[in-house]
Amino acid sequence: MFKEMHDLFQWAWLIPALPFLSFLIIAFITKRSKRLSSTVSILAILTSLSLAIAIGLGVIQAGKEIVEHPAIVNVNWLNIVGLQIDFGTIVDPLSAMMLFVVTLVASMVQIYSLGYMHGDEGFSRYYAYQSLFASSMLGMVLATNLLQLFIFWELVGLCSYLLIGFWFFKVSAREAAKKAFMTTRVGDFGLLLGMLFLYTKFGTLDFAALSAALNTNFQDVLVIGTAGYVTVMAFLVFLGPIGKSGQFPLHVWLPDAMEGPTPVSALIHAATMVVAGVYLVARMYFLFDFASPAALQFIAGLGAFTAIFAASIAIAQDDIKRILAYSTLSQLGYMMFALGVGSYSGSMFHLMTHAFFKALMFLGAGSVIYALHHKQDIWDMGGLWKKMPITGTTFFIGVLAISGMPPFAGFWSKDEILANALHNGHPIIYGVGLFTAFLTAFYMSRLFFVVFMGPEKPENHPHESPWSMTIPLMILAFFSVFGGFVALPEHNFAWYIHYGEFHHEAIAWGLAGISVLAGLLGIGLAYITYVKKLISAESVAGQFSGVYKLLKNKYYVDELYLWIIKNIMDGMAKVLYWFDIYIVDGIVNGLALVTRGSGKVLRRTNTGQLQTYAMVFFFAVVVIFMAFAIGESQLAAINPLATLGGAK
Amino acid sequence: MMNLSNLSVGLSTYLLVGAMLFCLGLYGVLAKRNIIALLMSIELMLNAVNINFVAFNRFLWNQKIDVHYLLTGHVAAIFVIVVAAAEVAVGLALIITIYRNRRSTNVDELNWLKW
Amino acid sequence: MSALPTVESMSMLLPFTILAPLVAMLLIVFLPKEETKTIKIVSAMGMLVSLVLSLYAFLTYQWAEGGMQFTLTIPWVPDLGVNLALGVDGLSLPMLLLTNLIGFASIYASWNIDKRVKEFFILLLILIAGVMGTFIARDLFIFFLFYEIVVIPIYIMVVIWGSTKRVTKEYAAMKLTIYLLIGSAFLLVGMVALYLAAGANGNPTFMFDQLAARQDLYSPAFQKVAFALMIIGFGSLISMFPFHSWSPDGYAGAPTAVSMIHAGVLKKIGGYGLIRLGIFVLPVGAKFWAPYIATLAVVSVLYAAFIALAQKDLKYVVGYSSVSHMGYVIIAIAALNPTAVTGAVGMMFAHGVMAALFFSMIGFIYEKSHTRNIADLGGLAHQMPRLAIGFVIAGMASLGLPGTVNFITEFTIFMGVINVFPVHAVLGIAGIIFTAVYILRTIANVLFGPRRSEWDHLTDIRGPELVPLVLFGFVIFFAGIFPNVLLGMIDTGVTSSGLAKVLETVSQAKMGGLF
Repeated sequence: MFKEMHDLFQWAWLIPALPFLSFLIIAFITKRSKRLSSTVSILAILTSLSLAIAIGLGVIQAGKEIVEHPAIVNVNWLNIVGLQIDFGTIVDPLSAMMLFVVTLVASMVQIYSLGYMHGDEGFSRYYAYQSLFASSMLGMVLATNLLQLFIFWELVGLCSYLLIGFWFFKVSAREAAKKAFMTTRVGDFGLLLGMLFLYTKFGTLDFAALSAALNTNFQDVLVIGTAGYVTVMAFLVFLGPIGKSGQFPLHVWLPDAMEGPTPVSALIHAATMVVAGVYLVARMYFLFDFASPAALQFIAGLGAFTAIFAASIAIAQDDIKRILAYSTLSQLGYMMFALGVGSYSGSMFHLMTHAFFKALMFLGAGSVIYALHHKQDIWDMGGLWKKMPITGTTFFIGVLAISGMPPFAGFWSKDEILANALHNGHPIIYGVGLFTAFLTAFYMSRLFFVVFMGPEKPENHPHESPWSMTIPLMILAFFSVFGGFVALPEHNFAWYIHYGEFHHEAIAWGLAGISVLAGLLGIGLAYITYVKKLISAESVAGQFSGVYKLLKNKYYVDELYLWIIKNIMDGMAKVLYWFDIYIVDGIVNGLALVTRGSGKVLRRTNTGQLQTYAMVFFFAVVVIFMAFAIGESQLAAINPLATLGGAK
Repeated sequence: MMNLSNLSVGLSTYLLVGAMLFCLGLYGVLAKRNIIALLMSIELMLNAVNINFVAFNRFLWNQKIDVHYLLTGHVAAIFVIVVAAAEVAVGLALIITIYRNRRSTNVDELNWLKW
Repeated sequence: MSALPTVESMSMLLPFTILAPLVAMLLIVFLPKEETKTIKIVSAMGMLVSLVLSLYAFLTYQWAEGGMQFTLTIPWVPDLGVNLALGVDGLSLPMLLLTNLIGFASIYASWNIDKRVKEFFILLLILIAGVMGTFIARDLFIFFLFYEIVVIPIYIMVVIWGSTKRVTKEYAAMKLTIYLLIGSAFLLVGMVALYLAAGANGNPTFMFDQLAARQDLYSPAFQKVAFALMIIGFGSLISMFPFHSWSPDGYAGAPTAVSMIHAGVLKKIGGYGLIRLGIFVLPVGAKFWAPYIATLAVVSVLYAAFIALAQKDLKYVVGYSSVSHMGYVIIAIAALNPTAVTGAVGMMFAHGVMAALFFSMIGFIYEKSHTRNIADLGGLAHQMPRLAIGFVIAGMASLGLPGTVNFITEFTIFMGVINVFPVHAVLGIAGIIFTAVYILRTIANVLFGPRRSEWDHLTDIRGPELVPLVLFGFVIFFAGIFPNVLLGMIDTGVTSSGLAKVLETVSQAKMGGLF
């Protein structure tokens, strides 16, 4: 039976290939027809979705075999002296899960965009980018080696750039797109270096081969180098995820990326692309595992810091999409520190559930923005639940899920992560995680209460969005409710996706209770503040005006970077340009001036008198003859060519 | 009394004549003011060369090595004469043109080919 | 042809390739100068023949055999050992193809020229044929001859059809020409020295392979001096810091087609020469100078990338960017290993295609809007979407986006370099960040942003103007997605040249001091 499954898994390459084909078709054939373009794109991604589901089911059926022996197909891509790279597909539970999540969210977003992007001038272009994105993201998920992963990793970055800057006439969108690309580029620099060092050391970038090399040769200093070397590589590789998954200090691009159309934010900057970093760390987990503990500790610490850092900023934001963006950052921090504390399955699980509910919330926010004609400030909204029941309800499900309320999806994954953090001996991280959970519940409920409850604003005339937008909301809401059940023992998510030895862990209901309590506390606090108005948010903000300002301005990180770019980088550029014009070119022009000057002087010797020339000529001949008379041997000694051409 | 039979004219004599002729020509080229005189001095130098050619050809022919008496030097001399004739033709034409334009054949005044 | 005494091998493919533009040029000479349309078509046809022939060579080259193929050897000046020897191997074939690609596209990029059309295309075709000649020459003498042919048309073209911006076009042309001629003067000395040294066994030759085979005739001291001459000559051609300053000024002054050819292929003669003459013939000298060259190369990369940040003129941005990118080629050459050399040739190809696309797009912008000042432009994607696509493709290729051929060649270079010069490599790779910054800024400021009504009269590129975009776009992505097509070819060249073995012996040889 496994054989038959393998036949199925060999066709995994079709999953990224179909959207790519659709990209080509839209770009070269159907771009003039909006309807055809969107149809092609959606058909392609739906086919990919069904294939992904088939592969997912196949993985579940194959069970133990596929967990231990992933189905890998490799084709040679580049073969030159000193560099052999394959392209291929890997099907294992991890990639199957990612395939499902990506194709599902992508399909939902593409269907949703039919309504949201309706009437946009660049409708076909939008679907072309969407297809290209889906294709690159799926290609990345299926990558069998680091270089292949990196290639698609950069391509999703390109799509992100194009989609953030989709409305390129907006200066803010243009700047945001640029910022996103540049910031992630800084991380990619590290990843590229890590990749080069890995290849230099092990002669391969293939995940399986690398893992095997580390496994068999660990302790062998001659082969591996010291643990320090591996650690350095681990850190370098981790720089990539820092940029891509918006970890501090390279998180600055993600909130700005909200300048893109909202479905794009849902797909790329919430559910799929930003988790690429987490996915990479998971794929390369063996590297971090073999590196000195400092590497994983660093990941845990940075993840936890990002989680609480972003959550604290989210409290003070007013833009509905920015709140969600900071929430995404915070949740990415969650996934990252989960990996750091050794909760591999927990992290992947959270990645999946987060994709469901965060995509849901973004699409919900998009629905609100669509209804309110592109208003984004939450204080301009209010009482929308009555007017937009489907959006309101599904959004509420999302809020409950992210706040970790049972039995919604977020509860299971968050709980697993926190429990693992405490079990594996990271009490501080556990504390931070718990507090972040509280903050998350607080700011998400704040968002919900302000937008959907409270008094309606008379200037708004909202109405429920069209079916094309609400149906994806409902489907994602379904997964946000029930997605967490895969963790239950009979479905056993953790058994399929785990690292190293599998230990079954029963759900620690006591710990779960504590985190639920933290969530409830957050929701309750928000309820008291924003619905009952027992606590005045303004007066609290007034009391802690310094802190509030700090949070409101996102800890001034953007300003710091801007200052560095403006003063140090551009300053350096100007100084060097000055150097180039006045020193390097100055020397060149100076030489030219010397030549010209000496020419001006020497031309005086040119009298125009024929007889003077003849006399000079004659005496020169005399001098040369005398030189010959002195002796050829001495002449040869001063012949530079003789020196140059001389034999050994 | 001088023994006339011993009085042979060797290579060095010819070369000496050539050299003297050449120096005369050179002096003319360097010192003469009139451009026609200059041209004539050049002719002197060319003829000095011709003398050398013919003399070398006559005296350096070694019967033991080379059976055939080759007239290479003579040919070269005739070549020079031909070229000199052509040169004079062109030169005189130039001089006439210059004279027509400048009303002068004094080389001191013909210094417009400078800088 | 049998009348010629010792024709060793005969393949008329390469002579035809180089003759096609020359025949077209001769035809144009006899065309009346009012027939501008015909002149353009004739040039395009000439280049098309060349392109097809070189593509045929590229496709039918026998990888398994390797080495020089399609060879033609006619003794030319037997006493001096000069042979009219043509041939291509894995190193030169991509460069030949590149020349023809860019040459063909440059005809279309100059489609709208209306000043002295006849003279322009005559000179352009001579220029292209000259560049082609340097790459197919198997004889140093012929190589040098073609190289000298190239310099003169460029001067004339810049002076007549160029544009005056920060510096006058006369200054730019003069600077460019003098730089190249001084460089070639150093080369000439090096060439003569090499010739004398190689001829010490009484059998003078200019043939590259024989020069390389006579390693034992060159003393280490000689190799060091000769290589120093080569690096100054070729280094100024490939715009290595501090010999780079002709490049931005020259490109800014030159007409589009010349910028394309110059940045696209002519510069690469420097890199190609360094590999063919520097590494293959003088490995010991190369080994001695490698650390210094690597340092200069890294300085080139970072220094030019920084300066590009401060530029206001589009052509200066790309000009400095090409200096920066050539830094990668130089550091790869300095790394002296087969992987890096493969990467270097690949990078030359990739950069050539990218730079030509970039310059052609900038050329269209300038031609239509009469400005290249970034601050004056903006939001051009509204009026010229197709041009914007070309511009973005060129930009993405320039910053080494995977999927473009530039990425994989850069990666190959880094892979080859990182073992040899880890610190240099890390610094050089940091250059990709700054590259991204200036490229993205340029793209954002020129193409994106609010619609500007003053550019509403601009028309998008269409018809013949699309040729550069389509051609280069295709090559960039095709070679980027299937890198084996390009890099595998280069690899056969590097492998069959026996470079690996030469370098191995060199690395074992003890290095004495200079002099």
